[in-house]
Amino acid sequence: MILEVKNLSYRYYNSRTIFHDVSFGLSKGEVLSILGTNGAGKSTLLNCIANLYRPQSGEILLHNKPMTEMHMRDVAKVIGYVPQIHTPAYAYTVREFTVMGRTPYIGAFAKPKKEDYRIADEALERMGISHLSNKAYTEISGGERQQVTIARVIAQQPQLILLDEPTAHLDYGNQYRVMQMIKKLADEGFALIMTTHNPDHAILLDGKVAILNREGLLSVGLAKETLQKETLSTLYGLNIKTVYDEDAKRNICVVC
Amino acid sequence: MVFWGVAAVLGLVFVASLSIGRYGIGFFDTIKILLSRLFPIQQTWPDMASAVVFEFRLPRTVAAMLVGSALALSGAAYQSIFKNPMCSPDLLGVSSGACVGAAAAILLGGGSVLIQGSAFMGGILAVAITVMIPRLMRNQSTTVLILSGIVVSSLMSSVMSILKFVADTDTQLAEITYWTMGSFATVTFSDMLPVLPTILVPVAAILLMRYRLNVLSLGENEARSLGINIQAVNGIFILCSTLITASCVCLSGTIGWVGLVIPHTSRMIVGADNKKMLPIALLLGAAFMVLIDLLCRTLTAAELRIGILTGIIGAPFFIMILIKQSRNLR
Repeated sequence: MILEVKNLSYRYYNSRTIFHDVSFGLSKGEVLSILGTNGAGKSTLLNCIANLYRPQSGEILLHNKPMTEMHMRDVAKVIGYVPQIHTPAYAYTVREFTVMGRTPYIGAFAKPKKEDYRIADEALERMGISHLSNKAYTEISGGERQQVTIARVIAQQPQLILLDEPTAHLDYGNQYRVMQMIKKLADEGFALIMTTHNPDHAILLDGKVAILNREGLLSVGLAKETLQKETLSTLYGLNIKTVYDEDAKRNICVVC
Repeated sequence: MVFWGVAAVLGLVFVASLSIGRYGIGFFDTIKILLSRLFPIQQTWPDMASAVVFEFRLPRTVAAMLVGSALALSGAAYQSIFKNPMCSPDLLGVSSGACVGAAAAILLGGGSVLIQGSAFMGGILAVAITVMIPRLMRNQSTTVLILSGIVVSSLMSSVMSILKFVADTDTQLAEITYWTMGSFATVTFSDMLPVLPTILVPVAAILLMRYRLNVLSLGENEARSLGINIQAVNGIFILCSTLITASCVCLSGTIGWVGLVIPHTSRMIVGADNKKMLPIALLLGAAFMVLIDLLCRTLTAAELRIGILTGIIGAPFFIMILIKQSRNLR
């Protein structure tokens, strides 16, 4: 198992508990979609796993080793993080931006070497965006920026990829394309965790799903089984049903 | 290619600065005079020319190069750490903080070591306050950091006024005023010696670690997720940049805008990548400062203050960046 989360709890200083007693595990090639309402703490949970926030109690194990005992650089060799799309302050070219994924392998006084650029170029090619290589990262579209960030995380060569709302701010077509990419990465052996506001995406990925409720409890199961009428209706406070579509060969969520 | 181009410009400006002045010396004579110290060259110039070059113009030109390139580099580092292209040692309040530190040490009758140390403490204190305000507001936007820097700068100049008020008008006031003006007019090589290590060591450190600046400029979370120990690395960069700024204040007083204008111009020339940008900023900063100093002492009969010219160039430049950045301002 790549990732094991044990009884994780988190609360902001002097504030309500965001989640408690969260436990789950993830192996090679598995996808976990985290669903929850606005403010439920999906991103907080993801940030804890990403080693950005320190949980109050509980443990995160990477290959059976507690993350807190690992060097940050070694964590970054196992976990890659794709943040929400944003515009950086400086106009790095797409190639320079992608090669930054190699940072955990580059010493404090060193610069990326030929080999690092080769790996970055390969990652861009894998995402089918080699043509963007010399464009400024600040001047490409949101969808392209998301692809470039995923290319960067591929160049990082982690085993687990975390994606914070990878479909936010993307148009309908690009949302679907990102889902396809995530599926492909899972097939290639990456373990992936993403947060999303769209249960259809969790069904589309057909992996594990984790639902974080308002009480801060996380329930984990298979997307196919978990994402049914009752669960979804309670989660979002709406009357939601799922309909099976013959052409898509999967369930689709419909608000009635 | 670009690097050697800028290096050639610096070379030209350097020789020009040694040649031009009230006592004019031919361009090639100046080169010969310089080389005569290294190689046996038949003297074809008056002794006066050699004295002017070595006694007067060389020290201030070297000091201008040192301060120009160091301030450009510290500005570039601040800009990456705070992921804010509108940062510079003066806009963050570091320069005025260092100035207050230096003035306080003068009032207490301290020697050069105490003045330098106190300038550094003042600079660190100023940058700490500037960075703290946006933290307290929980607003990490570009605008708030700049406003915060303005507040700290004006606070520091108020403190400066108090210090001037209580200073001994016959002795200390002149010395303190010198610090707020910014000038290379009286710099000698022996003035440079004590600040040389505190400028060169941090400059070397920033240059060596410059690839890290790329990653830091993405923001704290992304840099951390790429395995960088943010607290430590940011700390080193802030320490180095502040040490540079304080040392420059000790050498030549506060000189504004260089730390903003030069990194920006360098980015326009070679792009945002700090790997390529920093060496260009180093050379360009040196050339710019020498040119400004040259203009200051030749434009008018009485010498102009450095700050007047950098301000005339820097302020419109700042407005230009502001307009360019307007879509990112929140």
